[in-house]
Amino acid sequence: MLSKLKRFWRVVRRLSGDDAYERYLQHHVAHHQADTPLSKEAFFKRWQDEKWNGIKRCC
Amino acid sequence: MNNLLKNSIWILITALGATAVGGIALNRGESINTLWFITAALCVYAIAYRFYAAWIAATVLAVDETRATPAERLDNGRDFVPTNKWIVFGHHFAAIAGPGPLVGPTLAAQFGYLPGTLWILFGAVLGGCVQDMVTLFLSTRRDAKSLGQMARDELGALGGTAALIATFAIMIILIAVLGLVVVNAMKHSPWATATVSATIPIAMIVGLYMRSFRPGQVLEASVLGVALLLLSVMGGGWIDRSETLRVWFDHEGLTLAWWVMAYGFAAAILPVWLLLAPRDYLSTYVKLGTITLLAVAIIMLQPTVKMPALTQFIDGTGPIFGGKLFPFVFITIACGAISGFHALIASGTTPKLLSNERDIRMIGYGGMLLESFVAIMAMMAATVLDPGVFFAINSPAGVVGKEAVDAVAKISSWGFPVTVDQMQLLANQMGEATLFARTGGAPSLAVGMASIFGSAFGESMLALWYHFAIMFEAIFILTTLDAGTRVGRFMLQDMLGNIWPKMGETSWTPSVVLTSALVVAGWGYFLYIGVIDPNGGVNILWPLFGIANQMLAAIALCVATGILVKSDKIEYAWVTGLPLAWLVTITSTAAWEKIASDNTRIGFFSAANDLADKLAAGALPPEKAAVAPQLIFNLHLDGWLTLFFVTLLWLIVFDMLRVCSRYLAGKPVLPLAESPHSPSRLVEDWVRD
Repeated sequence: MLSKLKRFWRVVRRLSGDDAYERYLQHHVAHHQADTPLSKEAFFKRWQDEKWNGIKRCC
Repeated sequence: MNNLLKNSIWILITALGATAVGGIALNRGESINTLWFITAALCVYAIAYRFYAAWIAATVLAVDETRATPAERLDNGRDFVPTNKWIVFGHHFAAIAGPGPLVGPTLAAQFGYLPGTLWILFGAVLGGCVQDMVTLFLSTRRDAKSLGQMARDELGALGGTAALIATFAIMIILIAVLGLVVVNAMKHSPWATATVSATIPIAMIVGLYMRSFRPGQVLEASVLGVALLLLSVMGGGWIDRSETLRVWFDHEGLTLAWWVMAYGFAAAILPVWLLLAPRDYLSTYVKLGTITLLAVAIIMLQPTVKMPALTQFIDGTGPIFGGKLFPFVFITIACGAISGFHALIASGTTPKLLSNERDIRMIGYGGMLLESFVAIMAMMAATVLDPGVFFAINSPAGVVGKEAVDAVAKISSWGFPVTVDQMQLLANQMGEATLFARTGGAPSLAVGMASIFGSAFGESMLALWYHFAIMFEAIFILTTLDAGTRVGRFMLQDMLGNIWPKMGETSWTPSVVLTSALVVAGWGYFLYIGVIDPNGGVNILWPLFGIANQMLAAIALCVATGILVKSDKIEYAWVTGLPLAWLVTITSTAAWEKIASDNTRIGFFSAANDLADKLAAGALPPEKAAVAPQLIFNLHLDGWLTLFFVTLLWLIVFDMLRVCSRYLAGKPVLPLAESPHSPSRLVEDWVRD
């Protein structure tokens, strides 16, 4: 039961983008270890701007 | 044994589905329970998904689960990210489902429940879902390229340009018609106006919270936002009851239209984080929550459908919009059955997240099935109302008369009895001054939803439910409005950048202000005309939107059909070719009627001539005579616009046929732009977290 709730919570965080920074850090560690990662604030700014560049919503 | 069991289950589902569809189709004169609709829909969806979609995925498209997707190959941790299929499904569905599938079925209910329901079911499984899935597949095989780019690469410059123009045009018309829906819902309703206005500062609070106060804490901010939204529904009621405050929010349609335009302009130039992004979060939660709630309420309550299967208005004399069943039911319901706009999401956006080609069926086909189900629920919310009430809310004053007495007399004379007292009681229950002539579909949907929610979760709160439903529709209509204005601005900047490169810089303020103003002026014009039109405007704008949306779908299906032929799969080309042929038929027929019909309620030019004659003869009442010249100009413009759309459509179809016949004759054509095969290295557990 608890593991199911945890799983559900993970899906909610993933869908809403709540965990975007954590995923970015994971990606960073895996692929670009040499550079310093962006701060949470800077990352979030870029993430939000990119997310809204283009057609993202329909009728 | 196992196989036998499976087969018998599918035979059972088929039998049940056939019974339900037959029951809906053959029922005459008796009331019919909504459970029949849900059963029919779920069975049709299940069979289509299990057999047709699986066959298309395996045989026609030949999806290859060993092949790396763009998300895997181009993974950059930001936009290209291999993602769990349920998460992609959530994003995809939230992106494709807007107000369209709610409004279209409500308007089409004037023909009775049957035509719209059948088109939503079969249009989706044979057309809309196929379009979404095939486009998603093709874009996935082409590094997540957009529809316009694929049209240019596979068919040529004409296809690409056409897709660009169609997208821009549809955006303008869509925003105008959605703006009109919101304006009609807020007209002289202090409660609705106050609640909808409150969503703007609420979005800004959420935006500031996520940006500055607690950066990146999306969920915290969203919970705060949703709570504030619910408070704003109640706060609106409080304002409505206060004699001093309510006048601040009690406005004419035209005043509200100017405010909507000012809002659209501000939203297009303000930074995304302040208004657009937080508003989108809120609208997504409210949308998903409300749709789930509606489904639960309908299943719990199983209300009875009171609208007949067919009304006399299939002959084209309907009060909500003029035109016969064929082709206008197919134009009126675009989203929910087949929507070209989805091709823009299925190409470009969703493929960047797809971790495996095997998920294309579930996301592309399944996502559209769910949207189709939303349209079925909207149809039910419209048809559980007393037909008399439905027509009283949705018929414009120009058709049934301005006075309540005239309107009920006219509507009752059609065989849908309704009284002034009944309408007044309903308006009181909903906390509105009047519900007559609240065209656009949103108020009648809100009344339908409020009565369903009211019976399921407590009658005493009808007014709250009604304004909750209005807020629900308004919040994501406004999201589409500001997102659309912004996209229009980017497209315009891109186009102007070809002439003067400086204009193409998306952050150069003069360019931002100029292009935003141009886009707002574009849709603002149609919104303005829609508001001053005594026939309600929806009558003109919605068919135009439907034609534009179906044209975009036809472009997507042309690209798909062309690629199938070029991939030596001509024996399967009918999978996209038949829906394309159907779309071309209905769009051309509808466009032809809108252009050439002598009926002044259908033909743009005949309406313009009629109005001009009456104006010249002095036969118009003074308030109508004052706006007549603008209406006449607009009718001419709409007529030419329709002609332009249908010409563009045929150009693309011929271009596709030209490419196909050259290919079949062995002459050189543009090569397939598919990216080369590279094996997937994603480990199952890694991506399915």
